[in-house]
Amino acid sequence: MTQTRYYRTRSPELEKEKTGGGRGGGTAMRVIVPLQGVVQGRGGLVLGSIIPCALFYFLQFYLKRNRDDPDDQNGSSTPPQNPTTRSPSTDQLTEFPTLTRSLSRALLSPRNPSGPVSISARVSWIVKGPDSPYYIGLRRVKEDPYDELDNPNGVIQLGVAENKLSLDLVKDWLTENASEAILGNGKELSISGIATYQPFDGLMEFKVAVAGFMSQVMEKAVSFNPSQIVLTAGATPAIEILSFCLADAGNAFLVPTPYYPGFDRDVKWRTGVEIIHVPCRSADNFNLSIAALDRSFNRAMKRGLKVRGIILSNPSNPVGNLLSRETLYSLLDFSREKNIHIISNEIFAGSTHGNEEFVSMAEIIEPEDIDRKRIHIIYGLSKDLSLPGFRVGVIYSFNEDVLAAAKKLTRFSAISAPTQRLLISMLSDTRFVQTFITTNRERLQRMYVQLRAGFEKMGIKTIKSCGGFYCWADMSGLISSYSEKGEVELWDRLLNIAKVNVTPGSCCHCIEPGWFRFCFATLTEKDIPVVMERIQKVLKPVN
Amino acid sequence: MRLVVPLQGVVQGRGGLIFGSLIPCALFYFLQLYLKRHRSPNSQSNPPSPSASTQNLAEMSRTSSRSNLLSRGSIGPVRISSLATSICKPNESPYYIGLDKASEDPYDRIGNPDGVIQLGLSENRLCFDLIEKWMLENLNDSIRGREGGDLSISGIASYQPLDGTMELKMAMAGFLSRIMGGAVSFEPSQIVLTAGATPAIETLCFCLADHGNAFLVPTPYYPGFDRDMRWRTGVELIPVHCRSTDNFVLSISALDQAFNQTRKHGTKIRGILLSNPANPVGNLLSREMLCDLLDFAREKNIHIISDEIFAGSIYGNEEFVSIADVVDSEDFDKSRVHIVYGLSKDLSLPGFRVGMIYSFNENVLAAARKLTRFSSISAPTQRLLVSMLSDTRFIEEYMVTNKKRIRNMRDLFVAGLEGLGIRCADSSAGLYCWADMSKLIPSYGEKGELELWDKLLNVAKINMTPGSACHCIEPGWFRCCFTTLDKEDIPVVMERIRKVADTRTSRS
Repeated sequence: MTQTRYYRTRSPELEKEKTGGGRGGGTAMRVIVPLQGVVQGRGGLVLGSIIPCALFYFLQFYLKRNRDDPDDQNGSSTPPQNPTTRSPSTDQLTEFPTLTRSLSRALLSPRNPSGPVSISARVSWIVKGPDSPYYIGLRRVKEDPYDELDNPNGVIQLGVAENKLSLDLVKDWLTENASEAILGNGKELSISGIATYQPFDGLMEFKVAVAGFMSQVMEKAVSFNPSQIVLTAGATPAIEILSFCLADAGNAFLVPTPYYPGFDRDVKWRTGVEIIHVPCRSADNFNLSIAALDRSFNRAMKRGLKVRGIILSNPSNPVGNLLSRETLYSLLDFSREKNIHIISNEIFAGSTHGNEEFVSMAEIIEPEDIDRKRIHIIYGLSKDLSLPGFRVGVIYSFNEDVLAAAKKLTRFSAISAPTQRLLISMLSDTRFVQTFITTNRERLQRMYVQLRAGFEKMGIKTIKSCGGFYCWADMSGLISSYSEKGEVELWDRLLNIAKVNVTPGSCCHCIEPGWFRFCFATLTEKDIPVVMERIQKVLKPVN
Repeated sequence: MRLVVPLQGVVQGRGGLIFGSLIPCALFYFLQLYLKRHRSPNSQSNPPSPSASTQNLAEMSRTSSRSNLLSRGSIGPVRISSLATSICKPNESPYYIGLDKASEDPYDRIGNPDGVIQLGLSENRLCFDLIEKWMLENLNDSIRGREGGDLSISGIASYQPLDGTMELKMAMAGFLSRIMGGAVSFEPSQIVLTAGATPAIETLCFCLADHGNAFLVPTPYYPGFDRDMRWRTGVELIPVHCRSTDNFVLSISALDQAFNQTRKHGTKIRGILLSNPANPVGNLLSREMLCDLLDFAREKNIHIISDEIFAGSIYGNEEFVSIADVVDSEDFDKSRVHIVYGLSKDLSLPGFRVGMIYSFNENVLAAARKLTRFSSISAPTQRLLVSMLSDTRFIEEYMVTNKKRIRNMRDLFVAGLEGLGIRCADSSAGLYCWADMSKLIPSYGEKGELELWDKLLNVAKINMTPGSACHCIEPGWFRCCFTTLDKEDIPVVMERIRKVADTRTSRS
């Protein structure tokens, strides 16, 4: 601290220098100063000298401020000396060695074992950063989960994107087949098939099974080529790996809002890539418009950001609407015009429950199209097969370089072999898969219709959803102020008074306040009246 | 006049005034020069001075915006990131080329007797029979959980903590202290589980260092570190050379020298990456050495990552000392110590992808936990391992048998090599022989070493890891992993090496 003051008291002298010293240098001899090329005219010499000097002064000042803590510790014995440094006299020369020493010491920051060792800057804000309501809510539920019998006053989970509606089917299959699936057909056990190193990007048999499952889910409209598949430990690393492969630190992706809250972590955290929001509005039913995309693209460019791609969710999360064939074609045109990539997150492709047709990005791209190199699809088994615990994600890309790079990066995120063996059998059992998909769709549909009807009875408008586990509800009439603050207040009341955990629209970066995401796939039908009753409780005081 | 110039605080003495003014001015000059140089390719008519008129400025911004778009007629291929560009090419390191070659044409005593014998992959197949037996007996129950025969589906299908279930952390902590002979006890809450030791190392690297920082790594080191530590993190590895005259034992003075040299280049060192037991050499760090290293780390205020993945594969008489043991027993700053472990080597289950970070630093643990979203272990595997690791009778039997078998194989292999006049470095642990084949190389240099490696791979059909892939400073050393072999394979290997050795001697 004292050393900071030393600089502060000196600053008037620097002012003096600006007027006196600089000019003297300019007239006495012909000095060519660095900024002369920039600062022109008569003042050029003077300003050209002063500006870099001033900048350097501030740089030092800045460095010193940031170094305060270690200085405080190892400078504890020096304060008595410091006052003298304030008067710039001849004993400066004797004083400065201490300063230099403390500088070199700060670089080492050693000798005092009490000085804590620092962690990297890039994760320190991950640790310190305040959690968004999304994660706070998830934690609250974990501490006090609702259970009809054991804990009827607990928090009901409507925030986590999980599907428990059809787990009974998976359970039955596993009970019958699990151990044979892992160890082969029971008689000839193949331990080396699971214990030894396997290809990090997934077993070929598993890729074939996943490709089959994907086209089954998309009703055979598309066939997927197993050699274009890279498997990862969940869709989360799949997104991150694509982000690493397509963009450098400081580049950006366009993402239509509202979007899945996890993207902020998956796309940005370790890659240093930025997300540019493309706002969609309730007036358009949150459908994406190319005009909005273009506006965001230009705004990013003006900021000097290089846009490397668009990240789409189709079916969208949280809204649940689908991208039409025409929109997909115009997106393709847009990406060609700007020469950027498209990442299409189709993780809910098998969880569509409306009458609208789902069109995969893979379906509209022609086999010979030169633009296929810019198309990358994300998929996973967490949603459509309701197995998030198994951690299986898929990158499906038409770009060989991206595939090659992604394959190498799967060393950091490979799926364990027993799980792969288990899933190979499960996905190859086409009869089971077909029953599962059909039943699951029916159940999702039934839950959605009930929840939506419940909202309508309370006068809460929802957007029509055709896919996914969510109801996207407009509660803007219930918030105390039409802003993010009002929205978070309502979220807080829902969590703490009504005891339901929902995701506020601001977590999804929705531009309009008052929207909430309700995940219905973790509920049972009996829970819906309870949820409605609890929400009703919160509504009353406002009305 | 009393002039106060910006760098006066740094440049001292009589020349201070002049240097303090000149240095920043010069730096600014170079900055401008640098900026100018980088701008020139975009626009031929670069406006260096404003006298070059205003129309130039308008021109420049237009061309640069055009290059940002790169479009309009764009048939130009879409760009991928520089990381992807650099890694999407085929492998160049002999380590990976050899692995690929051996997996394409694997040796089999009956099926493919002319195939490539794999001595490059670090895998332990000596005790598969034990694991197989356990699986046959217990797999069903362990996957189903303990709900009286009824499968508890939500425990494996739904989201689990991404950094591993508490049950597996407890089982791992127990397993770890068991293989270390009960000398240390591990706290489950300080464990973060990842999908393999590879992401454990990368996660730690993300947590401890920023882009452009560096780690000191004693050579020869595991070739995978170059990928794990550097690829996505942008961190550098500074080799600290160990030599055969010291039996490749690390010295603090070499460490200090490397530290100072790196600092001179302006690179910030954030830690030391140790392998204990060492891979490839197989020697151990003594307790005194660990204390010295901790002192060194404290003096320089840096971290220590200790990779102890071979802690349970000790076959020598030397005692293995974990760094966790040292910080426990003596008064050291624990917050700079981080241990990496995994089940790929000691339990020979690389296919299961189970790694762990054990750290004493709360912040690192908190950050690592959040980063496991990118690398978590699937729930069925976790459940399976919880039962396997909790079966103490099985683990005990496995550990004893495994050590015995590794030792037998090693003795046979080393004896075979000695029969050919090839000496191996002293080792006490791991799955490797670190063999000195410098007598067989045509020229004493990396080139000669690679020629021998090539001949071994393509003529003798043996894939070994050349020392240069491990950044060994002395040419002619090779790493041979002997635990993927059967006893009957050893004479075949020796015969094949002899062929290469004979051509060498007959020619010279």
